[in-house]
Amino acid sequence: MATATRGINRFYNVNGWLFVAPAVLLILAFMVYPILDSLWMSFQTGRGMMIHFGGLANIMRLFDDPMFTLALYNTLIFFIVQVPVMLTLAMVMAAVLDNPDLKFRGLIRTAIFLPCVSSLVGYSVLFKSMFVQDGLVNQVILAIGLSDHPIPWMTDPFWARMLIIIAITWRWTGYNMIFYLSAMQNIDKSIYEASRIDGVPTYGRFFFLTVPMLKPVILFTTVTSTIGTLQLFDEVRNIMTSDAGGAAGPSNSALTLSVYIYNLTFKFMPNLGYAATISYVIVLAVALLSVVQFYALRERD
Amino acid sequence: MDIVVSRLRLALTYLFLGAMSFISVFPFLWMILGATNTSIDVVRGKVTPGTALWTNISAFFSQVDAPLIFWNSFKISIAATVLTLLVASMAGYGFEVFKSRFRERIYSGILLTLMIPFAAMMIPLFVMMGKIGLINTHLAVILPTIGSAFVIFYFRQSTKAFPSELRDAARVDGLKEWQIFLLIYVPVMRSTYAAAFIIVFMASWNNYLWPLIILQSNEMKTVTLVVSSLASAYYPDYGVVMVSAILATLPTLIIFFVMQRQFVQGMLGSVK
Repeated sequence: MATATRGINRFYNVNGWLFVAPAVLLILAFMVYPILDSLWMSFQTGRGMMIHFGGLANIMRLFDDPMFTLALYNTLIFFIVQVPVMLTLAMVMAAVLDNPDLKFRGLIRTAIFLPCVSSLVGYSVLFKSMFVQDGLVNQVILAIGLSDHPIPWMTDPFWARMLIIIAITWRWTGYNMIFYLSAMQNIDKSIYEASRIDGVPTYGRFFFLTVPMLKPVILFTTVTSTIGTLQLFDEVRNIMTSDAGGAAGPSNSALTLSVYIYNLTFKFMPNLGYAATISYVIVLAVALLSVVQFYALRERD
Repeated sequence: MDIVVSRLRLALTYLFLGAMSFISVFPFLWMILGATNTSIDVVRGKVTPGTALWTNISAFFSQVDAPLIFWNSFKISIAATVLTLLVASMAGYGFEVFKSRFRERIYSGILLTLMIPFAAMMIPLFVMMGKIGLINTHLAVILPTIGSAFVIFYFRQSTKAFPSELRDAARVDGLKEWQIFLLIYVPVMRSTYAAAFIIVFMASWNNYLWPLIILQSNEMKTVTLVVSSLASAYYPDYGVVMVSAILATLPTLIIFFVMQRQFVQGMLGSVK
């Protein structure tokens, strides 16, 4: 009997390996190997194919590279400002929509979700055309008197960053809202009944009942948004950069780490080692922030 | 008094939701309007339909080999999606049905790769593709996307709902494991496959950074790359850009409206 069970186990085991083997091999070749190779590259210096072992030279170089500091600063600004604004907005919209008596609920939900269907490059191009100097957005702003002069979206560092933040928020708020809404709809409504009988006001109910129950989803959206924002590339390249000049926005005010890595690798004389070092800055930032967010939002039993 | 307050509140709610819906939908309208206007009118913010639609379309077709570009995107997306679904569903099924301690460790490792930004892989990937002679090929675009940790995770989660009685019955009937997977699991899980198909197809269709790096000649480029290069000209012809943007958006927009439920299910798949 014992040998029979072991035989079956081994039989299962072979099948288990066969089913997972293609995926595991592909991941080893196209993810694990590149990540380790990247780490190895980050210790090498030199340009083009003339590379040699440089020890910590690349890491030292990070500290007196103003371009890197700027890219890191911009990326963190996008992360610190955009992620909370977007997630708060998504949460508010989900809370408003989580009301079965609301009319046109399905239609509104579909409309707010629609930006997720657009391609990143496609919507970036649309935003670029709407936010040009004499373009649609500035005309609306002038017409309703929000400002007495056109906003320099493409020429002023502050407004260029704002534009990127507005664009990403447009693209991803509906996506995050769908997660919140679906989680809210899974909450047992009898809890709300009980709180109403106990005289808890609506906003109290939202902050002390709904939000704590959504913690796992909030964690999920926070981590995915963090990863997305720290890797920001498509929008900056397609809204801010043109063939005319290589800068990412006015005085590179929208230059992100990913764009800088791309420029270092594929635009100028390639410096692969240094670019790999910067890519590890993103890896470390993602890891660090994910851990922090995980501990801040974990379930306390 | 209470009625007035609640009426006011309801009105504000609808105003808020109406404004949000409008902002969400407007850029799509803008894209369609833009395709009918001249570049100058687009840049001036004209929001009424114009008469330049045909001029823009013919300008687009004369600047870009549109059928070829569309076919490139389509070929890459379909091939990448079919291969990803096959490989990732097999892995998700394998990890869930044939559990072993060692494979659980591998699975945790795979999930960890979700946190690795693409920027940290692209340089070695590019060097690797150069070594095996795949630069400027569609195969190079597809290969790194097939082993998708996200899709493996999605299928493993969904496999938990696959009734083990079906598998046991099939084993009693003498089916081999691969037959159980192909003949029973795949048909039973078709709604999971539909949702995953949408997500993977869309990601592949919209993929930008990696194709930008690896595809270098014009006849290999995808729709996304063409939209980007048309818009980054020194004086972009926005009418033409809008036509290209419509072409880039249309496939995913159609899939969304035809399969809205599976679309949302696919997006949510990862947290359920």
